Amino acid sequence: MEEIINVSGKMIPHVSPHLEIWGTVIALYLFFGGLAAGLIFFANFFYLKGKEDSMPMTVKVASMIAPIIIIIGLMLLVYDLHHWMYFWQLFLHVRMESPMSWGAWTLSIIMIPAILWPLHYLEDIIEYLQERNPKCKFTGLLIWANNLIKKLPVLPWVMKIFRNNRRVIAYLTIYLSIILGVYTGILLSAFNARPLWNSAILGPLFLTSGVSTAAALIMWLSNDPAERKMYSKIDLLLIAVELFFIIHLFMGMLSGGVAQVEAAQLFLGGPFTATFWVLIVGMGLVIPAILEILELSGYHIPIGIPAFLILLGGLIFRFVMVYGGQASSFNIL
Amino acid sequence: MRYAMAMDTRKCVGCSDCVVACQTENNVPLGFCRDWIVEAVKGTYPETVQMHFKSERCMHCENTPCVRTCPTGASHVIEGGIVKVTHNECIGCGACIEACPYDARYVHPEGYIDKCTFCDHRIAQGMNTACVDVCPTSCLIFGDLDDPKSPVSMALKENDWYVLAPEAGTKPQLYFLK
Repeated sequence: MEEIINVSGKMIPHVSPHLEIWGTVIALYLFFGGLAAGLIFFANFFYLKGKEDSMPMTVKVASMIAPIIIIIGLMLLVYDLHHWMYFWQLFLHVRMESPMSWGAWTLSIIMIPAILWPLHYLEDIIEYLQERNPKCKFTGLLIWANNLIKKLPVLPWVMKIFRNNRRVIAYLTIYLSIILGVYTGILLSAFNARPLWNSAILGPLFLTSGVSTAAALIMWLSNDPAERKMYSKIDLLLIAVELFFIIHLFMGMLSGGVAQVEAAQLFLGGPFTATFWVLIVGMGLVIPAILEILELSGYHIPIGIPAFLILLGGLIFRFVMVYGGQASSFNIL
Repeated sequence: MRYAMAMDTRKCVGCSDCVVACQTENNVPLGFCRDWIVEAVKGTYPETVQMHFKSERCMHCENTPCVRTCPTGASHVIEGGIVKVTHNECIGCGACIEACPYDARYVHPEGYIDKCTFCDHRIAQGMNTACVDVCPTSCLIFGDLDDPKSPVSMALKENDWYVLAPEAGTKPQLYFLK
């Protein structure tokens, strides 16, 4: 057999021999983006279904988390920029072909309904929290915020417009949240140079995973048995869809070109095999699914366990995809 | 105008002069390089063993994934097909580095993304790039592909050549003569 050994003289930090331009921060950013997309989606979806009062946690309280994690996500994104003093350049250009540009604009636009939504439910949220835990100090902060808003000049007027057009805004926000969820996958899949990422199914897969982590979080926070049971069912469905997408991801890659087959091998015998199949598929999808089936068939399972496992699995999934993608490339030596 | 470079793998001795010339000409910071040498050894000892070298840099592709994925337009193509980065528009997000199949870009210590410019400041004055001028075996050939009499057009006509990772679809403009 003829053997060729290639040695590159290139030694550049974070690029060669191992590409590691994106890391922990981007993985966290994608996780928060997906989670926020899911929370906003459920809040608006169940509002449109008329469940405003029967599902207070979904529509009102949990929607408070979304703007907070979007702000954290945007801060992480700016922190990860190597030339971050120039981050405002993102908002001087609209570049249709660049997913990074899409993401920056989507996150900024969705911020508006994400902040206004919990604000206009603030009184209901305060009432809900006081009922559930009268000693909670966080409620005091919200009451202070509520009084502050009433004194501000423009905000009550904005809220009035928001309240009068809630259904239209909810429809638009649902679309935006889906774009945000899909974007977290498209950000990676737009790179032809990284064969592991370059799959059209990554967008839907990241959306499903993000929505499923949001469902797990709401299920964990809720204290209403009916609401919890419904999210158990939603999560089961989403886990099934995710497993289906993962199988298709590998089917697509294994029937692709050499570079894609090699990328798939990272998870089928390569360095990411154990992390992917044990931690993500096993611990993050299969075990929570079994626990939820047991729960739905009448066994008592602390709801925190499957919820935590789904959230942790979603987080590890993003880490593995970010690092695994950068380990795959065309043979260029 | 379409600038391109040909690199004769039969002549290169792997001296790294092109790397050092580029670092000097373009003030490349310590520990970084815009071009680099790849060494390929063929066969298993003591059977026929061949060795050849390649001098690589940004391929100044015709189809540029780095320019497409740039969120601010800092990465752009100038006349002659040269891919450049505007420093004060670059936010250093790294998307272009992920998009490049040849890993030809790096993060400059000052934060922006840096890469080979085909020495556009030199070719504007009618000179060759620094790496071409310094090469002791004349294995690097630079010129305009649209001009059939340019050295690079002649070299590609007279020799057999290949490009790296053509399956990436980027139409690289660094040709390797064999």
